[in-house]
Amino acid sequence: MIRFDSVAKRYPTGREGLAGVSFELAAGELAFVTGHSGAGKSTMLKLIGLLERATRGQVWVNGRNLNKLNARDVPYHRREVGMIFQDHRLLHDRTVFDNVALPLVVSGLGHQEIQRRVRAALDKVSLLGKERSFPIGLSGGEQQRVGIARALVSKPPVLLADEPTGNLDPELSREIMQLFLQFNQVGVTVLIATHDVALIERFGRRTIQLRDGRISHDTGARA
Amino acid sequence: MKRSRQRNREHAFRRHLNPLNWLLRHAQMSLSSLGRLAQNPLSTGMTAAVIGIAIALPAGLYLLVDNMRTLTGSWDGGSSISLFLQQSLSDAQADQVRDVIALRDDVAEARLISRQEALAEFRLRSGFGEALDLLEHNPLPAVILVKPARVASAPAATGRLADTLGRYREIDMVRVDLQWVRRLEAISRTLERGILVLAGMLAAAVLLIVGNTIRLEIQHRQPEIEVIKLVGGTDGFIRRPFLYEGLWYGLLGGLIALLLVMLGLALMQGPVQRLAGLYQSGFSLEMFRSGVFTAILLGSPLLGLAGAWLAVGRHLARIQPE
Ligand SMILES: Nc1ncnc2c1ncn2[C@@H]1O[C@H](COP(=O)(O)OP(=O)(O)OP(=O)(O)O)[C@@H](O)[C@H]1O
Ligand SMILES: [Mg+2]
Repeated sequence: MIRFDSVAKRYPTGREGLAGVSFELAAGELAFVTGHSGAGKSTMLKLIGLLERATRGQVWVNGRNLNKLNARDVPYHRREVGMIFQDHRLLHDRTVFDNVALPLVVSGLGHQEIQRRVRAALDKVSLLGKERSFPIGLSGGEQQRVGIARALVSKPPVLLADEPTGNLDPELSREIMQLFLQFNQVGVTVLIATHDVALIERFGRRTIQLRDGRISHDTGARA
Repeated sequence: MKRSRQRNREHAFRRHLNPLNWLLRHAQMSLSSLGRLAQNPLSTGMTAAVIGIAIALPAGLYLLVDNMRTLTGSWDGGSSISLFLQQSLSDAQADQVRDVIALRDDVAEARLISRQEALAEFRLRSGFGEALDLLEHNPLPAVILVKPARVASAPAATGRLADTLGRYREIDMVRVDLQWVRRLEAISRTLERGILVLAGMLAAAVLLIVGNTIRLEIQHRQPEIEVIKLVGGTDGFIRRPFLYEGLWYGLLGGLIALLLVMLGLALMQGPVQRLAGLYQSGFSLEMFRSGVFTAILLGSPLLGLAGAWLAVGRHLARIQPE
């Protein structure tokens, strides 16, 4: 589902985000990306969501070579990749419902279909009662769950999460992780970047460890 | 290489909406853009008013000049050549000359004012009636008033006609009432050109006003634009509400311009009619002439759209999510 072929990313400032990374994540797999701050975790996710483009090597997602996608195709690619951010990236002047509905609105779904799917997504993250609230009035964990609902509402085959539990307490972190496991069980390919080694160890899933832009360890690498 | 391209094509994105949904979305978006403008009635109103004034100014001036041209037009048709006949001609001969001239293709009408009629009129108008009585014989010549036909109604053609008629033996002197028609036309041409230049500059101003307003709006909504890009909104989707806003600004400005022009003309109507009265003309200013009305209604939304397009093209591309 996701494949990196000696991918390097050098930022315009000259900093290397990634320095030659190769791995493959099969459809339906769940993996963690760890590493020190500045190791390149976010860079890796940004390359998959096409927030950045690789300067060297090739990135494949869902059977497409991202290097070959032109600017016109980028939005359609992003619809297949649900993204979750540490800072949630919610719109504060819109209700929870409208925030979650956004990916469906941009892809031009009908009104009723949007209603149905947003409700279902909010139900999954146990926020059905908050659809009329504004993000400001929600706790950090609730905001994070709104972000997750937004990433999932269009049922993308790939889900990326960058520090999804960054500033949540252990209890909430576990809950959120549980959600990711659920989605993974229904076939979504999930890639989670996190510092939280304790959390990772508890789940015993594949872990890709980055150091200075290279993979230093990959528990699930195939020969 | 070849295989990879093949695979990219196999996995082509589905990008087309069904047409009904697409239409519905446009309708929704145009309304929600209008709604957003309505949320800030004061700033929206001021922007629209500036646009309105910028459009009303050249439109109103153009209407004035254009109305003035109909005035010259109507006198142009009646711009006349006066042929003063030789004193020696008898009334019967004068009548014959008139008949000959009236038959010409380039003459619409030829009216003879006999010597007696000329005298009577002079007596009536000049107030020198008694002085005239002292004269033994009528000093005034007979006059044929010629109205050129349409083919000869332009100043140059009228001049040529006058030259031709002046060569008739029976005609002593020719006078063409043309000078002022020419002047008036030259003046209105100049004014028209000036208004065109003014309109061009003010249209540019409207583009800049709308462009700048939309630019601020884009800046203001940058976080929203980023998030929409993140969840897969196309450039078209992001562009649309701003373009609609430009369109609405233009339309609102156009409506205000129409009101202003109507108001301005209404205020000028009185003095203009008094002026026209001095020239024995039932002339009055007309608003719905020469497509100005339509031009404002169609042109101003387009101008707004163009301004928004400029801003959107320049500024949206710069916003990329991180
Ligand atoms: N937009 C950018 N411009 C320039 N350099 C960047 C940019 N983003 C990241 N970098 C650099 O690339 C390297 C990798 O950054 P990245 O954000 O991927 O690290 P990270 O593993 O996510 O770190 P953290 O755990 O702190 O989030 C760092 O050296 C960083 O300074
Ligand atoms: Mg990071």
